[in-house]
Amino acid sequence: MENFTPISALIGGAIIGSGALLLMLMLGRVAGISGIASSAIFQTEGRAWRLAFVAGLLVGPLLVGLILTDFTFATPDLGWEVVVAGLLVGVGTGVGSGCTSGHGICGIGRLSKRSIVATLIFMAAGFLIATLFTQGAATW
Amino acid sequence: MVILMAFLSGLLMTAGIAVSAMIDPNKVLGFLHLGPGWDPSLALVMAGALAVFLPGFLLIRKRKAPVCDTQFHLPKSNRIDKPLVIGALLFGLGWGLVGYCPGPAIAALTSGSVATLVFVVMMIIGWFAARKARL
Repeated sequence: MENFTPISALIGGAIIGSGALLLMLMLGRVAGISGIASSAIFQTEGRAWRLAFVAGLLVGPLLVGLILTDFTFATPDLGWEVVVAGLLVGVGTGVGSGCTSGHGICGIGRLSKRSIVATLIFMAAGFLIATLFTQGAATW
Repeated sequence: MVILMAFLSGLLMTAGIAVSAMIDPNKVLGFLHLGPGWDPSLALVMAGALAVFLPGFLLIRKRKAPVCDTQFHLPKSNRIDKPLVIGALLFGLGWGLVGYCPGPAIAALTSGSVATLVFVVMMIIGWFAARKARL
């Protein structure tokens, strides 16, 4: 477990949870990133706050880069996997009404049975395909 | 106020994704790939997020309405139906293939990576297809 980073994981997780909590307290909305981003694109009603949320999504990592000067991260190689995975994630979160933030954090956080089931299924599918298909960490 | 708070919420979410390194698909795959060198970090990200959201949500629910609106907008359905199961399954397969879910993929657009951009464009096409299929 040489790659295990418990402190930054817990702190980062708490920041994610605070962001989701802020949206619930102020707007009374679930901070589901797939739902908000897709509605910002394909739905005219309620577009302004959704676009502001997506703009925030793009500023967050830039801000972290300014504060933590050693902040870097890898990105995937361009290949068929990226094309197929992007489509699967889009269709799947569209049809299944949520992703890791909406079902995994807000849904479980509201003890929604639907979200708990969805999270168990996408976690299981993720474990299966990553274990069979990828080499784990340091694939790229 | 609504716009600023929505912006801040989005900012905090990807700041957390960056701090926890979940913006790096290798870090996510290190969790999803079971075997030697398994990295449990992602589980602690979820735990950290839930440790804040769960008790916070219970407190917020005591309010009649959120600060900037007249009512809460919570999902009403609690049915485990076919779209939920199939959608979650497809999403999980895509997530495990590359290590991106929507938040980290959008956050990683800031790197200027072409592969990340292709992923996000395909994801948006997928969202469009899912909306069309629902009609």
